[in-house]
Amino acid sequence: MDNQIKDKIQKLIDSSPVMVFMKGTKLMPQCGFSNNVVQILNSLGIEFSTYDVLSDFEIREGIKQYSNWPTIPQVYLKGEFLGGSDILIEMYNSGELKEKIEIELAS
Amino acid sequence: MVTKSEVIKLITNNIPNSEVLVETFNGNDHLQVTVISSEFNGLSLVKQHQLVYSALKAELASEAIHALALKTQTPN
Repeated sequence: MDNQIKDKIQKLIDSSPVMVFMKGTKLMPQCGFSNNVVQILNSLGIEFSTYDVLSDFEIREGIKQYSNWPTIPQVYLKGEFLGGSDILIEMYNSGELKEKIEIELAS
Repeated sequence: MVTKSEVIKLITNNIPNSEVLVETFNGNDHLQVTVISSEFNGLSLVKQHQLVYSALKAELASEAIHALALKTQTPN
């Protein structure tokens, strides 16, 4: 992956404390897994930004290499990769997600 | 397309002493996979899932597996 894409990804990740690379948008998720993440973050009342990987093939493939994670969606919290749909669901169900995000956003 | 037994073999070859359950949902390329292995002890969920993903790297890249819902556990 060339540096130009890597820089663009880094800027996107740093553009918001909670950043979601997804298929579609908050209002129009284009995939069930991406929708899971949007619903979870909405239900916790968390502010987050999104990037539609369907609009940019280079980002869609580059983000997978960036975090060595082959699927979309991908959630980043203060620059750190948190997980995809499965992990967000598990962390949400255990209560760990709310706690971790609140701690990170408060610091 | 990839068969359930192929997925199980790919994972068990890559993750020693693992038990693998595979179900399909809305189509053979949408998989619900559960992997139980002592290899996961002490690993974060992200690391556990990355182990399974690396075992299925080619199938995910080629979209032979289009969607993968993954659950990982240590044997209790």
